[in-house]
Amino acid sequence: MGKTIRIIPRLDIKGPNLVKGIHLEGLRVLGKPEQYARYYYEAGADELAYIDVVASLYNRNSLHDIISRTAREIFIPLMVGGGLRTIEDIRAVLRAGADKVSINTAAINNPQIISEAANIFGSSTIVVSIEAIKEKDSRYLAYTDNGRQFTGVEVIEWAKRVESLGAGEIVITSVDRDGTGEGFDLELTSAVSSAVSIPVIAHGGAGSIGHIKQVILEGKADAVAVASLLHYNYLIGHKIELGSEKEGNTEFISNGIKSSKINSADLSGIKKYLFEQGINCRIGENCNA
Amino acid sequence: MLKPQVGIIDYDMGNMFSVLRACEQVDLLPVLISNKKDMNICDAVILPGVGAFAKAMENLKKLDLICGIRDFIASDKPFMGICLGMQLLFSESEEFGKHKGLDIIKGVVKRFSPKNERNNIVKVPQVGWNKLNFNGKFSIFNDIKDGEYMYFVHSYYVVPENKKDIATTTNYADIDFCSSVVSGNVMAFQFHPEKSAGKGLQIYRNFAEIIERG
Repeated sequence: MGKTIRIIPRLDIKGPNLVKGIHLEGLRVLGKPEQYARYYYEAGADELAYIDVVASLYNRNSLHDIISRTAREIFIPLMVGGGLRTIEDIRAVLRAGADKVSINTAAINNPQIISEAANIFGSSTIVVSIEAIKEKDSRYLAYTDNGRQFTGVEVIEWAKRVESLGAGEIVITSVDRDGTGEGFDLELTSAVSSAVSIPVIAHGGAGSIGHIKQVILEGKADAVAVASLLHYNYLIGHKIELGSEKEGNTEFISNGIKSSKINSADLSGIKKYLFEQGINCRIGENCNA
Repeated sequence: MLKPQVGIIDYDMGNMFSVLRACEQVDLLPVLISNKKDMNICDAVILPGVGAFAKAMENLKKLDLICGIRDFIASDKPFMGICLGMQLLFSESEEFGKHKGLDIIKGVVKRFSPKNERNNIVKVPQVGWNKLNFNGKFSIFNDIKDGEYMYFVHSYYVVPENKKDIATTTNYADIDFCSSVVSGNVMAFQFHPEKSAGKGLQIYRNFAEIIERG
């Protein structure tokens, strides 16, 4: 068996809530991020990712509180991203308890922030997130601001550049597939993973455990970030605590889940399946807290 | 009973938060220390670290901690090195040219080659969970079985001169590299026990027991 693949629950955060959208838009409230984080940790998550999806619009202290509360009780790596613009922003989330940060907009606007941050905090702390959209001419271009802002930057060139600037990992998100359950963009993931020698985390599109297998074997992903697939599974079996702050669209949890494209699964189900398919992943005793 | 006091060396090389939390979790009293005097009143010391080898040595030197660490280890109290904190214990590193380390354990620090023997591309850094293969029985690994997964993030690995110092090996890029060292009162890990879930915390629990046994 080859390298050990990581399965990373990705928790998109808006204010105090865990949310999930489609194509990074149309956010639905799913509950409190800490509740999901604790559950995923105990269920054998290999890392966790918190992404503040509307960072610039909200008070950062709320995110720092969520990070601190989570980091206190979770002994696996925690990656935090969303709206980190400066070295000081990065330092603040690391202080709050994050182990690494992911940056997108700031890196595209000012690529030197990658090398500067890598020098200060270490390469392994700096993850560059690339939000890719396939253009009509089949080229993949990088976008910022949750896939809304056109940059004209070509994805593969950008991936090579961020590696040379000292990024420790890359998250490649297919905006076209995000939240759809249609499967990962294998061509995109494989092209990025083959172009660089740093680890690549695939994100966007998982609708079944088969898709996860595909993106590892055909997409050459080193790790897979999964959101809807896991969240919807958790929603089926658990009572969701909603805070006093019921902002946002909560109809989804009140009315039950209607997402035909997502065949949800839990972490142990995913890992057991991958292992049976000959893919190495962390299973067994140390999968529980 | 008073909790044993563990000094965590704070020399501006990465995040101490999770090391602190792991100590608290196993009923140790962690304190951040950045001078020799504070180190000497501790029952045990942890040297963590993320980042560049040369900068780390420079920071230790600035804080006048190089002799402090050597003296503390000579006092025979338990000492734990984690990740870069393990590599610094060695004689020298080939990271961006040659750099002298603390030279407490004889050996060198090397970088993973970007190609393995079969000429396949190897992802460097290694980021993720990998298995420990034991090279003997050690009380720091009580209740941890051979083949257990721990969390790694690193581009460099240590090569001890004395094979007896190697407590565990781990396979990456077709290399069985030394993933832990146990040499007297010094215990050092390439992986992050504080990021390795329940079994990682077990290592901290074992460390606490070693401290209490004195």
